[in-house]
Amino acid sequence: MDKMPKWADVALVPVVSLIIAALISAIVFVAVGQNPWEALKLMAYGAVGTSDFLGYTLFYATNFIFTGLAVAVAFHASLFNIGGEGQVLLGGLGAAIVVLFVPLPHWTLALIAGATAAAVFGALWVAIPAYLQARRGSHIVITTIMFNFMASGVLIYMLSGPLKPDGNMQIATAIFPEASHLPSLNDIARLFGSDLFGRSPVNISILIALLACVAVWALIWHTRLGYQIRALGRSESAAKYAGISAVNITMIALLISGGLAGMMAVNNTMGINTPQLVDNAAGGAGFIGIAVALMGRNHPVGIIIAALLFGALYQGGAELSAATSIPVQIVVVIQALVIMFTGALDEMVRAPIEKLFIRFGRSRAAGE
Amino acid sequence: MDFFTIVQLGDASVRMAIPLLLACLAGLFSERAGIFDIGLEGKMLAAAFLSAAVSYTSGSVWVGLLAGIGISVVLSIIHGIASITFKGNQLISGVAINFFAAGLTVVIAQGWFAQGGRTPSLPKEARFNDLDFPGALSRMRDKMQASPGMQFYSEFVSGHSILVYLGLLAVPLSWWILYQTRFGLRLRAVGEAPEAVDTAGISVVRLRFSAVVICGILCGIAGAYLSTAVQAGFTKDMTANRGFIALAALIFAKWRPWYALGACLLFGLFFAIDIRFSNIQLQVIWIMVLLLGCAAALTIYAVRREKIDVIVLGGFSAILAAVAFTALFATASADGISVFAALWETVKVPSQLIQSLPYLFVVVVLAGFVGKAVPPRAGGQPYVKER
Repeated sequence: MDKMPKWADVALVPVVSLIIAALISAIVFVAVGQNPWEALKLMAYGAVGTSDFLGYTLFYATNFIFTGLAVAVAFHASLFNIGGEGQVLLGGLGAAIVVLFVPLPHWTLALIAGATAAAVFGALWVAIPAYLQARRGSHIVITTIMFNFMASGVLIYMLSGPLKPDGNMQIATAIFPEASHLPSLNDIARLFGSDLFGRSPVNISILIALLACVAVWALIWHTRLGYQIRALGRSESAAKYAGISAVNITMIALLISGGLAGMMAVNNTMGINTPQLVDNAAGGAGFIGIAVALMGRNHPVGIIIAALLFGALYQGGAELSAATSIPVQIVVVIQALVIMFTGALDEMVRAPIEKLFIRFGRSRAAGE
Repeated sequence: MDFFTIVQLGDASVRMAIPLLLACLAGLFSERAGIFDIGLEGKMLAAAFLSAAVSYTSGSVWVGLLAGIGISVVLSIIHGIASITFKGNQLISGVAINFFAAGLTVVIAQGWFAQGGRTPSLPKEARFNDLDFPGALSRMRDKMQASPGMQFYSEFVSGHSILVYLGLLAVPLSWWILYQTRFGLRLRAVGEAPEAVDTAGISVVRLRFSAVVICGILCGIAGAYLSTAVQAGFTKDMTANRGFIALAALIFAKWRPWYALGACLLFGLFFAIDIRFSNIQLQVIWIMVLLLGCAAALTIYAVRREKIDVIVLGGFSAILAAVAFTALFATASADGISVFAALWETVKVPSQLIQSLPYLFVVVVLAGFVGKAVPPRAGGQPYVKER
């Protein structure tokens, strides 16, 4: 009995899931008295209609690539890192501390130092849950959820106390020093006399995100560590039998995951138009990473595509809510549906498609 | 602190504990049957919205409660379909339900009432109001001057909405169902060894679905309590992580109903303390003793074990010590006094720390250093029938 071809597994199943999620979203639009087709057109225009909007879409996509990769690396080891949100916040704290207190003469140095600090802080924030999972068997999902709440406590404490500039009403750090501002893609475009991406904050860290994709791809499929991570994810007992230390690999996989999530902070603190750390810096990106990883089938290429899609959804949803009375939370609904259908209800979508392929394959074999 | 303050604190703890308790018992039924449910939060939120919306529209809070329970059960069944019928990942399904509820409640509330994602404020007759027991004092001034027994009766025993008493009754009821009925025995068995239940000729699927539906009903009551008894109407994200804290309480309670009551009252007390005493002061020396004590204990624990324990716990101890000394030196420099004098200074404990205590507590419990919590053995795994 043939299984279904690989292209159907990696492309057809997610696309069908996406279509189902879109259909249910359409019902929601109808329920709140909005024409779904009009809404879709508004969202598409809001996402890619102008070069400014496109820039915002890419900016959000950058965030989601980082968090998607973070979730995916952990997924490869069969671990569910739901703590991306907290790791992003701590990453932001790391980046902010370095950029604010270390005088960095040029943005390249700031980028390297900021990204390193963000990754280290993100990784440290997952270190305790990772250790507890590896050594004590405490469930990573519950501990990382708890660490998300504590992260926002830590951040609000830091932003309303030690890191708060005098005389500032906003719960945020001071604006980062001029020298550390990352160039936006618009700055680069203007060197060539174009005004591509306008005022949008999409910046140089999108290249870091793409580099991270390559690095994760190389790590997972072309290194011994990656092999060990995947082996552990497939079967812990088999991995142990092969001499792989489950404790060490669990720790390492989660630290990498936390580091990737933390690195997102470079984009949304140092890369934005007024570079500073604000209290809701993560903005749900840690959770969208789950949807992105599930839809992208934990592969960097899939994650890039899914991140672009969610970037468009996020930006399009914002424009939609500005133009109509539909609140921006519609994006969260769509995100939930995507998680549901590509994640939990995967089998519901997959089984009929698989059956179709098998029947089709058989009848062709019989006809020949 | 006088006696009346303690009574008031107890009263507030109970009020804060009830939604946690209902959600905790909901999770208990589900997880005892082997279905992990991190979607408690979403179900509560959906129920909070719909019960407020229907109470407002129909004018009857009981109809609202039913509607809240209804939507919560629907979400539960969706979770059941994903995790029982299609053997999907229960955690992912729970995450999806949380987001679904968080987004949809605001979208529908805006479409329905156009008040920025809220329901209108509920009039008194469309709410669960506080019941005053016979003879109980209701005016604050009378209570302050009454005898301790009367204070206890008027403030702590009387003066809650009916859902509070129902919530407290749910504890012995859950205990009775789980431990004294055949259904309860089977339900617990299906969470430990579904293959044995199946071999005995009892439907695993039906049992798990009934557990999930009970979970939905309890979450529905919890949500309705928030929007029709604690507050008069629904506001965005009004459950405020209570579903997750309930999960934490469930672990702390080791999946047992009476322990759940204790755990939820404890977490309720944390909230009550946070609301009542926003300004908790502590001498620096106690902060030092606490943090350095933890650091020392962890280090001692780690040195006799493997390298990884030394690295992680040692590093963590170093961070704790660094925080302790930072607090000390910061106090000293802020007041311009010597480090030794600063030890006896009192500083304000950050309210974020108090609010984080329940979460911190859970991590400590999960770590298994203080009484190990062992989840139901088949929890989180879909049951695949042998062929």
